Amino acid sequence: MNIWNAHFECMERNELRKIQTERLQETIERIYFNVPYYRHKMQEAGLGSESLQDAEDLHKFPFTTKQDLRDNYPFGLFAVPISEIVRIHASSGTTGKPTVVGYTRRDIVTWSEVMARTLTSAGANRNDFIHVAYGYGLFTGGLGLHYGGEKIGASVIPVSGGNTKRQLQLMEDFGSTVLACTPTYALFLAEAIEENNIDRNHLKLHTGVFGAEPWTENMRREIEEKLCIRAIDIYGLSEIIGPGVASECMLQDGLHINEDHFYPEIIDPDTLEVLPEGRTGELVFTTITKEGLPLIRYRTRDLTRLTYGKCRCGRTLVRMDKCLGRSDDMLIIRGVNLFPSQIESILLEMSEIKPHYQLIVDRINNLDTLELQVEVDEEFFQDKISQLQTLRQKIQNNLESTLGISIQVHLVEPKTLVRSEGKSQRVNDRRKY
Amino acid sequence: MIIHQLSVFLENKAGRLTEVLDALGKEHIKITALSIADTSEFGILRMLVSDPDKSRQILKERSFTVNITEVISIMTPNEAQYYAKALKILSDLDISIEYTYAFSIGQKSIVVMRCSNNELAIKALKEHEMELVRASDLYKI
Repeated sequence: MNIWNAHFECMERNELRKIQTERLQETIERIYFNVPYYRHKMQEAGLGSESLQDAEDLHKFPFTTKQDLRDNYPFGLFAVPISEIVRIHASSGTTGKPTVVGYTRRDIVTWSEVMARTLTSAGANRNDFIHVAYGYGLFTGGLGLHYGGEKIGASVIPVSGGNTKRQLQLMEDFGSTVLACTPTYALFLAEAIEENNIDRNHLKLHTGVFGAEPWTENMRREIEEKLCIRAIDIYGLSEIIGPGVASECMLQDGLHINEDHFYPEIIDPDTLEVLPEGRTGELVFTTITKEGLPLIRYRTRDLTRLTYGKCRCGRTLVRMDKCLGRSDDMLIIRGVNLFPSQIESILLEMSEIKPHYQLIVDRINNLDTLELQVEVDEEFFQDKISQLQTLRQKIQNNLESTLGISIQVHLVEPKTLVRSEGKSQRVNDRRKY
Repeated sequence: MIIHQLSVFLENKAGRLTEVLDALGKEHIKITALSIADTSEFGILRMLVSDPDKSRQILKERSFTVNITEVISIMTPNEAQYYAKALKILSDLDISIEYTYAFSIGQKSIVVMRCSNNELAIKALKEHEMELVRASDLYKI
C-alpha cells in the first residue's frame, strides 16, 4: 500500500506531538496578533499569545463556531492581508449569508498535499483517471479533488456535477478509474449505468472516494456491489480546508486525520469538556498550518470518536470513525448544508403565510429529496385556485433562489402539522443511512 | 342580491370532505349547493349553506381554513340558451367569471357565479330582466 508522505503519515507519536505543539504555538501567536476578534476572545479568557506550553493546554482556549464566522462575514477572521489571499471558497450558510474561507498560496499547497495523501491512501496513483463529479465552484469538493489529483500525477477529468448521461459517456470513453462524488450520487450513477444497459466490463472504475455527506456501511456495501469498486470514505469541511482533513486507507478501518495540519479533539457537546480517547462526542479542529483562515477549536458539530495507535497500513495518524450524526439540526441535502432556520427566515419574509411548516427529507432513487409543507393561512385564503398556485410557486422560487437547492412545496391545511416548541419536529428526516 | 358562499381549503386526502359535512350536519346546517375545484394536491370546497356565519365558526373550531366569499345567483329555465344569454351580458361589459356552477330543480336552473365585479353584474343582469336569486330564497330550497 502506497503512502504519499510517509514521514508525516507514519511519524512516531512523540515526535508528532512535538511538531503539533510547535505549530499550535505559532498559530496562536499569529492569530493573537493578526485577528482582533480572536485577540479579544483570548484576552477575555485571560490568555495571551504564549499561553500554550503543550498541545494539552488547548482545552483552555475558547471555541470557534459557525456563528463566529457569520459575525465576521466575509473576511473578518482572515489572518493575512487580502493581498496574500489567492482563493476564496464559500459554503451555504444560514439566513442567506455563506461561510467564507480564504486560502493563501501556501494553503493551496497544503490542501493539495493532504488531498494527495487522501487519493494515495485510497489506492490512486499517476496512472489513474480521476473522474471528479463533485461540483466545481464555491463548493470545495471539486477543486479540492482536482488539485490533489494533479499533485499525484493522475489524469484529472473535471466533469463537475450533474448531466448524468455525459458522466456515463465520459466514464466509458475516457476509461475513468477513480470516481469522486457524494455517496448518494455514486448510487445514482450506479443505477443510471444499469438503466442505460452499460456493460460494467466496459468501465475501468476500481475505486471511489466519497464524502461531503454522512453515509452508512450499508450504503458502502451497496455502492461497492453495484459499481464493483472499493468505496473509500473521505472527510472534510470548508472551514478547516475542504476535503482532505481525513481519509480512510484501503483497509477501510477508520479515517486517518492529517494531524500535522489539523489538531482534533472530541468534546461533550453539552458540557464542552474534552472527552478521553474512545468516547463519542463532537469533533473539534484547530488548524495548525493554515495561514489565510486559521481557526482555533472549531466546532464541526459532527459526532464521532478517535482511535490512536498504528493502523495495519503503517500510518500512525489518529483515526476517526465514520461520522454518526450531528450535534445540531443541520441537514446535508445532496452535499449542500441546510439549516431549518434558513427556510423559516425565508417564510417569515413572506406576508402571505405564517411560518407553520414541516420539512420532509427523503431519499428516493438514491437522491435526497426535500419537501416543504406550508399551512395555508386563513387571512390569505380567498377561494381562488390560481391564487393558491401562485403562492405555492412563489414560496418555491424564493426558497430555491436563496438556498440553491430544488424543493417541492405543498400547501396543507392548518394543524396538519405537528405543533411543537422544539425545532426538531419541524424536520422529518426519513432517510435511512 | 349578494350571496355569502362558504369556501373551504382542503388537502386531497381521503375523509376530509366527510369531516366537513359531518361537522355541519351535526349542527343541522342545510346545504343547498356544493362544488369542488381541485388540483393534484389540494382543492377548494364551495358551498351555499343555510347559515354561512355559523358554518364558518363550526369549521374554524375544527381547524379548517375557511372563508366567506361573495357570489351572485340567477334562476333561469334549464335550457342552455338562457345561461348563454346571461354570460353574454356579462362578457359584453368585460365582467369576467372567476368560476361558476349550477344545479336544477324541475324546469328551473340555479346558476351560481363569482364575477370580477359582482355589483356591476347584478345591475346588468337586472337591466336585462334576468331573475336574480336572493340569499334568503336560496337557503329555503
